[in-house]
Amino acid sequence: MRIYVPGDMAAISAGADAVARAISREISVRGLDLSVIRNGSRGMFWLEPLVEVETPRGRIAYGPVSSDAVPGLFEAGFLEGKPHALCLGATDEIDWLKRQERLTFARCGITDPLSISDYIQHGGYRGLANALERTREGIVEEVAQSGLRGRGGAGFPTGIKWRTVLNAIADRKYIVCNADEGDSGTYADRMIMEGDPFVLIEGMTIAGLAVDATSGYIYCRSEYPHAFRIMRRAIDAAYETGYLGASVAGSGKRFDLDVRLGAGAYICGEETSLLESLEGKRGQIRYKPPLPAIEGLFGKPTVMNNVISLATVPIVLDKGAEFYRDFGMGRSRGTLTIQLAGNIRHGGLVEKAFGMTLRQAIYDFGGGTASGRPLRAVQVGGPLGAYFPESLLDTPLDYEAFAALRGLVGHGGIVVFDDTVDLAKQARFAMEFCAIESCGKCTPCRIGSTRGVEVIDRIIANEDRNKNLEVLDDLCELLLDGSLCALGGLTPYPVLSALKYFPEDFHGNAG
Amino acid sequence: MSVSNTWDADLAATRIRELQHLPGALLPILHALQEEFGYVDESAVPVVAEALNISHAEVHGVITFYHDFRHKPPGRHILQVCRAESCQAMGCDKLIQHMEDRLGVKIGNTTEDEAFTFLPVYCLGNCALSPAAMLDGRPYGRLSPEIADFLINDARRRD
Repeated sequence: MRIYVPGDMAAISAGADAVARAISREISVRGLDLSVIRNGSRGMFWLEPLVEVETPRGRIAYGPVSSDAVPGLFEAGFLEGKPHALCLGATDEIDWLKRQERLTFARCGITDPLSISDYIQHGGYRGLANALERTREGIVEEVAQSGLRGRGGAGFPTGIKWRTVLNAIADRKYIVCNADEGDSGTYADRMIMEGDPFVLIEGMTIAGLAVDATSGYIYCRSEYPHAFRIMRRAIDAAYETGYLGASVAGSGKRFDLDVRLGAGAYICGEETSLLESLEGKRGQIRYKPPLPAIEGLFGKPTVMNNVISLATVPIVLDKGAEFYRDFGMGRSRGTLTIQLAGNIRHGGLVEKAFGMTLRQAIYDFGGGTASGRPLRAVQVGGPLGAYFPESLLDTPLDYEAFAALRGLVGHGGIVVFDDTVDLAKQARFAMEFCAIESCGKCTPCRIGSTRGVEVIDRIIANEDRNKNLEVLDDLCELLLDGSLCALGGLTPYPVLSALKYFPEDFHGNAG
Repeated sequence: MSVSNTWDADLAATRIRELQHLPGALLPILHALQEEFGYVDESAVPVVAEALNISHAEVHGVITFYHDFRHKPPGRHILQVCRAESCQAMGCDKLIQHMEDRLGVKIGNTTEDEAFTFLPVYCLGNCALSPAAMLDGRPYGRLSPEIADFLINDARRRD
């Protein structure tokens, strides 16, 4: 029998390691024959550490469990799934999970992340098996037909990217996974790497088969040491079982994979900076064109996708393009992995078809603010996303709907603020963050961001107010049009949206 | 974590040799050195440059570009607190101020007794449990001033 105690970093931050130790102690004191599995997280972080026990009635959940509560749980008979104040019932029946459509996260929190047999038992490597029966063009076509778009933020159609690399002629090609998940409010990539790493390995392997690349890299940010360690162990396990290396799953086709660590530069989430960094250089962005699909890593054609995009490929190949495309709305097909963050009561991961509104995400899943105070602003899509007021909460989470409001769905992070937020301070931070993280290559971003901080300071201090507002507007236009990449190019979004929807916060001393 | 061995040129050269064959070896090498010694000593620059056949300036440029790489030994404990939006929404600014008072040093610095290097970080990916922090690689969520005090005292006691 198995007991599950998440080994996910967020669960550990809530005390999961101590709980796992307490459970192991009880097991040995009581002389029981039980194994403790460190699974991924189900994504209900307010319930972490969420302990599950396997019973004839299925898995029964208890949470949030503290190490002090463990002896009591054993006394109450939690191994048989008996009632206890912390009992949440059958995990599968928890409403919060039942209302989701988990495709990419189908296994996360359910399996032992480092057990390849667990992975296979739960549908893993079926996508690869199908891919191995197809031509390269056939794989690319399936991905294109699914409507999958880049989940890193830009939403570029994955199939088109792959086709470009497939058609490029070169002696070597690469698959690079962008696991530099730097946006505040996002943690889906981390959860996949810690909770279901083989799905990412499988997705990258399929990408390699599709475009004829034999080598891949995962660029994992250094702020994720847990994800990095689990990813490394999963790669080792995949080599040992023949799912990576000279003959993937006995197919005679080679695919090698390595995971590399970033070094604390937000800009390396930008694809060309990431490539520079992987090559061992400063993470300065490259001019485009040439696109990485033509001249990418070490100058070779490169598929560069986000963790979630690549981790979604196996289910597309397993269940078919149509199955995946049937979820979603308009041109946003499939599911979006929403991450509820900030001042939120029930923070966590919600995977659902595109089209749910912000309000539904924040209230129906998130339960409103953690502080219990009224919600005042929401930032979607990371530090470059717009701040929306309450009145825009009925906007559907869809790439086009957000773009029309000068906002971003981005990587799906939703950061909620209550009425204590000062949007002038947030706007200033957006500029400050851009100044800290600018790679320095283009002038609008490098200098404009510092000037932006100064101008916002003057506006708040009520110095030449109208003139400075004009300067800020002008500066934002310059950043939008003149920056080389999205860092400088999108920093105006949070700034201008804060000004537009929350002008009263910029009055500073004038009141 | 609490690494901070004294710099050893021979050991550094060994670490460099172990990794120099990798494509794009510079970051892996710098990470390995920092993991071993807690920082990257200036004296490593010519050795790494020689091993990878690149200029001193290129190595220096990379070390200084990335926030992670330290140029001098850190404190015995590395305390990182998230300063990004999600944690701001949960009052990280006040928390950081409290910790600055407690540690007697502004964020971004090492305490005088070299017990703590206190650093800002822009997102630990623990945004459903903001405010978030990491002490010597161990993550903490929903961090309150009281828990922060406890962690600081506890780390000091263990020294």
